[in-house]
Amino acid sequence: MAAADDLKFQEFDDAANLLAANPDATTISIDEPVEIPKNQHSRLQEPGREEDDELLGTDDSDKTELLAGQKKSAPFWTFEYYQTFFDVDTYQVLDRIKGSVFPVPGKNFVRLYIRSNPDLYGPFWICATLVFTIAVSGNLSNFFIHLGKPTYHYVPEFRKVSIAATTIYAYAWLVPLALWGFLMWRNSKVMNIVSYSFLEIVCVYGYSLFIYIPTAILWIIPQKVVRWVLVVFSLCLSGTVLVMTFWPAVRDDNRRIALATVGTILLLHALLAVGCLAYFFDAPELDFPAPVIPAHNGTTVTTKSH
Amino acid sequence: FPGLADVSISQDIPVEGEITVPVGSHSPDEDYSTLDEPVKDTIMRDLKAVGKKFVHVMYPRKSSALLRDWDLWGPLVLCVSLALMLQGGSADSKDDGGPQFAEVFVIIWFGAVVITLNSKLLGGTISFFQSLCVLGYCVLPLTVAMLVCRLVLLVGAGTISFIIRLIVVVAMFGWSTLASTAFLADSQPPNRKALVVYPIFLFYFVISWMILTFTPQ
Repeated sequence: MAAADDLKFQEFDDAANLLAANPDATTISIDEPVEIPKNQHSRLQEPGREEDDELLGTDDSDKTELLAGQKKSAPFWTFEYYQTFFDVDTYQVLDRIKGSVFPVPGKNFVRLYIRSNPDLYGPFWICATLVFTIAVSGNLSNFFIHLGKPTYHYVPEFRKVSIAATTIYAYAWLVPLALWGFLMWRNSKVMNIVSYSFLEIVCVYGYSLFIYIPTAILWIIPQKVVRWVLVVFSLCLSGTVLVMTFWPAVRDDNRRIALATVGTILLLHALLAVGCLAYFFDAPELDFPAPVIPAHNGTTVTTKSH
Repeated sequence: FPGLADVSISQDIPVEGEITVPVGSHSPDEDYSTLDEPVKDTIMRDLKAVGKKFVHVMYPRKSSALLRDWDLWGPLVLCVSLALMLQGGSADSKDDGGPQFAEVFVIIWFGAVVITLNSKLLGGTISFFQSLCVLGYCVLPLTVAMLVCRLVLLVGAGTISFIIRLIVVVAMFGWSTLASTAFLADSQPPNRKALVVYPIFLFYFVISWMILTFTPQ
């Protein structure tokens, strides 16, 4: 009877459950050799770290990472190497733009949208659009502000395009470079769960600049309050995306360094917005004083319209 | 091969002919050397090709003539004339004026190269110079718009002239974008067409902006 039972097929429990029932048993695990891609993050399932799972994306992001990690194999001097950075479809670009404007609480932009397929199309053309939008909007806004004045002569201010281009492209490439270098350096000291490649950081920064395009168009409205409300609003949106992306990368580090890093990211983002507003858009209340009219009793009167 | 035993050639199919290799051309029409022709013929042939492409741009149909025989004469002429017409804008200081000649040149050529690279990186099948050719030729409507703007500005510089200029520039901008899209969009993968068309839109928008904001001295 016992022999018959032994010969019957038995269901074995999951290895975890068996181990939980008998913690001291010896275990042997045989894994198939899996090619480890560069961007793989380890899935330490510690209790209390559930938000990591949400921030790190859903299950199939792992699979796509494993599959996608074998993509970029062309040598860097061939054209095909650079084509791998433009391997996006229209709907993917639109999704990424949407994700940068509407930060979903708890979802990481990189894990959710980029998923080891960083592209250079979005960052490059969003920066180009932003450059021309700021230059054109600044020119238009100055035109409308100074419209009624007799001394005003319209100038296209074409030099500002090159200044805008230098600023925005420098921000979109040098800040990610610095951030990536900093994160790599901290990674060597403190083992972080999450690490980003340089292109993913460039991607996040590029897409996070998208919110400034409609903001720049709305800056044409010559009201100081409106402009500053727009600055704060866009900063909140894109700043949230940046913070939620980079917080998991520095969270394991020293508390102060983590806060300082995130603070610097936000500060630079704010500086870009405020700097563009200050340089390209003349202040609406700061009118050029009209010609001084000396009154008959000797005091001078300057008239200020608006 | 037993199956081939009943294959027979019927008697009324002639199985005869000449196997000769023609040595030297016998008719003057097949002479492809253009070294001996008069200079006028050479120039007229190139001019006719350029003119035909201009006509193709003004009435864009899906013809492949523009793509097959690309040349860069037309874009060069258009670029130089546009840059020349954008000269003479007013400026209080050198820094605030319109674009200089070199800036217009660089924007057009560098912009066309960047757009071509972009479409090739996205997987387009068009060749580099074909794309440059199309983008350059499609600047023609905007050059016409610049000419019209300068003529209108000779008459007056008030609000009405601005409205006329605005309408003309917007119409020509639409024409340029549609013409170049008609030629270039077919060579792109279908789910990336918008990604390729948008930079072309931006390119012609910048040129239109330069034309519209031209203010004379």
